[in-house]
Amino acid sequence: MSEMDAKTSATQQLEELTDAPPRRRLKLSWSGKLGICVVTLWTVIAFIGPFISPYHEADILDEALFIVPGSGELYPATDFQGPSKVAYLGTDFIGRDTLSRILFGARTTLGISLAATLLAYLVGVTLGIAAAVGGGMLDMGLSRVNDAFLSLPPIMLGLVVIAAIGSTIPILIVLAGLIYAASVFRIARALGQDVMVSDFVEAARVRGEGLWWIITREILPNVAMPLATDFGLRFVWIILFISSLSFLGLGVQPPMSDWGSMVKENLAGLPYGSIAPLVPALAIATLTISINMIVDDVSAHAGGKLAKKMI
Amino acid sequence: MQALLEVDRLKIDARMDNGGLLPIVNGVSFNVQGGEVVALIGESGSGKTTIALSILGYTKPGLEVTGGEVRLDGRDIISMPPEEKQQLRGKRVAYLAQSAAAAFNPALTIGEQVTESVVLHGQMSQDEANQRAESLYRALELPDPERLGRRYPHQVSGGQLQRLMAAMALCGKPDLLILDEPTTALDVTTQIEVLKAFKAVINQEGTAAIYVTHDLSVVAQIADHIVVLYAGDIQEQGTAEQIINRPGQDYTRRLMAAVRPTPEAGQGDEISKKHQRDVPALEVRNITAGYGRQRDGTPSVTVLRDVNVAIERGQTVGVIGESGCGKTTLARVMSGLLPTSKGEVLLDGESLQPDLKNRSRSQLQKVQFVFQMADTALNPRQRIDNIIGRPLEFYFGLKGKEKRKRIGELLDLVELHQDLASRYSEELSGGQKQRVNLARALAASPKVLLCDEIISALDSIVGANVIELLKRLRKQTGVSFVFISHDLSTVASFADEIVVLYAGRVVEQGRTDQVLSPPYHPYTRLLISSVPELRIGWLEDTMKTQEAKAGIDRVVKLTEKGCAFFDRCPLVIEGTCDREIPPIRNLGDGHIIECHRSEEEFAH
Repeated sequence: MSEMDAKTSATQQLEELTDAPPRRRLKLSWSGKLGICVVTLWTVIAFIGPFISPYHEADILDEALFIVPGSGELYPATDFQGPSKVAYLGTDFIGRDTLSRILFGARTTLGISLAATLLAYLVGVTLGIAAAVGGGMLDMGLSRVNDAFLSLPPIMLGLVVIAAIGSTIPILIVLAGLIYAASVFRIARALGQDVMVSDFVEAARVRGEGLWWIITREILPNVAMPLATDFGLRFVWIILFISSLSFLGLGVQPPMSDWGSMVKENLAGLPYGSIAPLVPALAIATLTISINMIVDDVSAHAGGKLAKKMI
Repeated sequence: MQALLEVDRLKIDARMDNGGLLPIVNGVSFNVQGGEVVALIGESGSGKTTIALSILGYTKPGLEVTGGEVRLDGRDIISMPPEEKQQLRGKRVAYLAQSAAAAFNPALTIGEQVTESVVLHGQMSQDEANQRAESLYRALELPDPERLGRRYPHQVSGGQLQRLMAAMALCGKPDLLILDEPTTALDVTTQIEVLKAFKAVINQEGTAAIYVTHDLSVVAQIADHIVVLYAGDIQEQGTAEQIINRPGQDYTRRLMAAVRPTPEAGQGDEISKKHQRDVPALEVRNITAGYGRQRDGTPSVTVLRDVNVAIERGQTVGVIGESGCGKTTLARVMSGLLPTSKGEVLLDGESLQPDLKNRSRSQLQKVQFVFQMADTALNPRQRIDNIIGRPLEFYFGLKGKEKRKRIGELLDLVELHQDLASRYSEELSGGQKQRVNLARALAASPKVLLCDEIISALDSIVGANVIELLKRLRKQTGVSFVFISHDLSTVASFADEIVVLYAGRVVEQGRTDQVLSPPYHPYTRLLISSVPELRIGWLEDTMKTQEAKAGIDRVVKLTEKGCAFFDRCPLVIEGTCDREIPPIRNLGDGHIIECHRSEEEFAH
């Protein structure tokens, strides 16, 4: 050992300047932190909403509650009321409490959209990576079927399917999931192909690694960041898709509340200065913008390199 | 007399996350006179590019000039308003970046891009600019100057593109030209031609130039004045003659030591004499391989033809040739990444399946591939200990404590600090990444290590250290190496045997001392004469030789018949070389030359 050491020191070792970048840790900006707070808040509400809400989502508030003492008005209007002690965020077009419906709706909206997005990702990423890794005929077949799927407008496809087999929550989830899986497939395939030709994948192949290792250890970690960025966007699209279906009366069925249908059903209140359509719109906006703020932070940490390729 | 450019106590700092300042350049001062070529030389991280960019009034994001001035004709550039800086760039100071391929827009013609800046700045009309460009093409000895402007960047070779960059920079008749490592990425033969053209055009135009590089032997050919930088400080400055012949500082001498020595016989290591000729560790026999769809057993593009190479145990075989000669393809065939169309690969005398899917795990373990670019060969999402640990787990089933211990040993072996194990590859420097890349291959305890241009992307000092490491590993582990490089002197200092590839054929093969001493194959001779020497005036001397006139700066072409080298060969026999496949001449003791000329004729 000592002989070897002597030999090493005898051969002149020249000092190298380190030009290595410093270690990088995930540092969230204030907007990312705010985003996490808002998303956490809505998630908590989705779980406990029904237990803390003042009324049930389907309750039409009694006229008696709105009687102003001493006014003599025995049958006051209950629809599109402004915020008061009776209904903190006012009432909707048939006199239901907006706050309660928001609290109940959080569960429906988040639940359906999340389930649908997860399904879209499960299907889209699995097939996309399979196409990227398998190549050849498999890639060709999957990609053409996918193109056909993408060429159909989502809303029309949704209408046809629901008209044929009816609208229940599981059907909505599967429908939205499959429709959006097509665009996830495209992104996953493109990202997968990019990583597939990189030297480290070749190094793994030359080592004799199986397909499962290559996919789970070499490819997926490298496409996770851009896919996470896309996840936020896709989630938002699915919320809007479910809302559109609800507006047409084919989505979440009344009296269940969901934020999307709340916006649409209360649109008539806008001319009267009602905040009923604004509150659910605000809920959707805060949730989706917060998700995007988190995603921005995370992808900035990832160097934005792969995220750029995605665009 | 006032100097054209005065860099006066320039200080540039990097702003760190915590608000502190990290000095990058510490008060550097030097002058450039009109018409003079000044070289900034130093390894990566020495601040040479930062200084060069500051002369354009530009600093990279995160850097700021915290002191000193850069004066062009007495006017400070740093404090100029942005509009004036814009006028200055391109008009008075021009910048020539390292990678020409990245600097050209593939969708526009060459002429449009060369003349764009001067027309935009309103210095010339389009017609005048076109004429000016044409005269520059002539000065840079580019082929077909009248019509070159109408071609697209992909239609010319890499060396020509590099010269076109110079035309682009010089089109506006700048007072000062900044060249940032313009020949680093080129083959030695191309480098000569580009250097010569740069030198000629700088003389003709009378432009002053700043030449940024890490390669002293290149500088010796072109610079009047040399500034040696280390970690943001000037170590030494003086005339080229003074620095090259009488270096005053230790650091300069170390840089010179890292310069590739002239390849000559007898540099191979002692081991070569000791080995016994038994079954080679790895052998390829009559290999034909290529890319594209196979038809009747031949791929649509055949890269390698009838290649025979045997790697004895504990030996190092160097594979050399210019880009496009099939060096990497040969390594890929050996590793099984590219299945052969004809011929076989033998490991310890046993025939291997052509496709790696059909090879056994222990066969895979014995042959390891070290990729050229450590940047892309390491998974950015895996920690270093996972990268090195995986082969241990995969081939030997090591787990937990044992695995950690072995990872520690491997890091020691490649001279990396244990702390790096928990990092990701992007947190390492280029040299460190290349060591991790090596450690991963060594983790498999291979019999044969295929090293594909592993030091080409590193600068000279880091590269020299990696070579030292390889030499030590060879002694310690007894691994056979296949060392692929376009740099003959590196190969010569390390290999026991050399295989010279040209256009997918072995043109010469033998022990290092046989290949590097006459008789040479004309192509070997060309390669040897193209390695720059650390000597002023070497470029001019070399350009006078027969080889240089005939063969430099041509693209390697794959041919179906005859000798692929015939259009570059100074000894070409018309009517024979271009038609018939040259015979293999066995000069004894394993030394083989493939040529129509006889041994006696090579001497010329």
